Amino acid sequence: MKRYIIKLILPIIAVLLSIAAYYGLSDSGKQKATDYPYYVYLMLIVSVIYIVAVIASIFVKKIRVIITDKAPLLTGIIIFIALINTVTTKTTILPTLYFPSLDRIIAIIYEQRQFLLENIFSSFRLLITGFIWGAVTGFLTGLALGYNKSVGYWLNPVTKFIGPIPTTAWIPLALSVFPTTNSANIFLIAFAVWFPVTLMTSSGIQSTNQVHFEVSSTLGASTLYKVLHVAIPSAMPSIFLGIFYGTVSSFATLMAVEMNGNSSGIGWYINWQKQVMMYDGVYAGLIIIAVLCSLILTLLFKVRDRILVWQKGVIKW
Amino acid sequence: MVGNISIQNVRKEFVNQDSTQENIVALNDFTLDIQPGEFVSLIGSSGCGKSTLLRLIGGLDRPSSGSIVLDGKEINKPGSDRGFAFQGSNLFPWLTVEQNISFGLKARHIYKDHKQDVQDFINLIGLNGFEKSYPHQLSGGMNQRASLARALVGHPKVLLLDEPLGALDAFTRMNLQDEILKIWQQHGMTMIMVTHDVDEAIYMSNKVVVMSARPSKVEAVIDIDLPRPRARAQDTFQVYRSKILDILNLGGDIAAIDYQI
Repeated sequence: MKRYIIKLILPIIAVLLSIAAYYGLSDSGKQKATDYPYYVYLMLIVSVIYIVAVIASIFVKKIRVIITDKAPLLTGIIIFIALINTVTTKTTILPTLYFPSLDRIIAIIYEQRQFLLENIFSSFRLLITGFIWGAVTGFLTGLALGYNKSVGYWLNPVTKFIGPIPTTAWIPLALSVFPTTNSANIFLIAFAVWFPVTLMTSSGIQSTNQVHFEVSSTLGASTLYKVLHVAIPSAMPSIFLGIFYGTVSSFATLMAVEMNGNSSGIGWYINWQKQVMMYDGVYAGLIIIAVLCSLILTLLFKVRDRILVWQKGVIKW
Repeated sequence: MVGNISIQNVRKEFVNQDSTQENIVALNDFTLDIQPGEFVSLIGSSGCGKSTLLRLIGGLDRPSSGSIVLDGKEINKPGSDRGFAFQGSNLFPWLTVEQNISFGLKARHIYKDHKQDVQDFINLIGLNGFEKSYPHQLSGGMNQRASLARALVGHPKVLLLDEPLGALDAFTRMNLQDEILKIWQQHGMTMIMVTHDVDEAIYMSNKVVVMSARPSKVEAVIDIDLPRPRARAQDTFQVYRSKILDILNLGGDIAAIDYQI
């Protein structure tokens, strides 16, 4: 019982220590001052959320389990952030230009929120459009390749030849062939998703247990019914893997196209901030990307858990 | 419901991909007549073509020559008039027990009118309470039950069983043998079962068909004239046992010693 309480108090102690260090130690004076102590605000927000969760955990068992499990991790994260903040603001060990204080990074996220949201929205729209095109065409090509032998014969060499080309190598050609930059970008992202989805769909369909096709034949299923109700569901775990690889490579492609000739989006924002030597903006952009990509993958795995309830976990996220 | 199967001079040859090797002749000049409602077991040494014959009756393969006729119609493709329970359960892992059992009805678009059948078969094989479970959550025996129900729910005229109980432990096996017999007695379909187990064949069948080694034909057909329900430890059992083992050239001294005890 006692250990349990100590565990729960740890994050609060860490927050208090980090605030004490923030005010107690004298600044090196090299970092540009911000209008407000954003770092302290962040710490306070974290503490308030944490305390609310602790109170809720008295009543809800699920929250209690999560919170006792994650309290030491949260403590560690707070201490790590406090260390970074102390090193950047209280010492001159690291060059101030490349390592801005957390106050400044949080200030950028807060003060430029409108502008950042516009860029996030722009990136997101591009990503989703490209992803849907790539996933749908990839699924259909994979299905045709995997199920039909003669389609496989003619299309497989094409896929094998074109597929492995890194998406970024297409950028110069795509930009000149497509009528608008936006359509070129959509193509590039779609391409990044298309190849892994095609490959994994086709291999998933091909590795369908032959006996399952035979069972469904003896049960009176038509060919179409077998494709829809045997081949596709049985290939689902593999198709999901393809979508997962595709999503990860679509993030990379998104950044690459936004940094090449785009004029909006988070990737563009990071590149622009770097060019004007505003490294606080670069970090702000990186943090936003980390949160977004992580959220998208979490969502993807939630969808998978729904669809693949019948399967025991393969990749954990 | 009828279920008369007439197998006439069937030959099945497997073309060897490697052209230097000779083709494998699994069945040659195989002739057998199976009456409606009979329980027939196919027994023979491993690799003698028992499963091949079952697949031909199921329509999963075509004979190289000869014909297999079900109730006057030549078999050339799989059909729902023949249920097939495969070796191992082979349930669709992405479907629940209930969805697995109703698969055939849905594929044939007759599920709406036969919903009750699904529940009836779930009750019959004692899987009530597990309707919503996935195959990986069930034991091997339960999987096998569900797979039997899946093959039976469309009321086939013939049920083909390819070593359906091979992978189960002895007790589950005996239990399921009794349940298969119960279903057979209730529904009266023709049963054709491939098995390696002489005791199982004697316990369950009206007729045991002993197949010769490859290329296989009918070596002997033994009628089992024992009243039902049968007792597994009955003396007459041993008579049939040694008779079948003798035909399979496995009788030898072992059977004799067995018999004296």
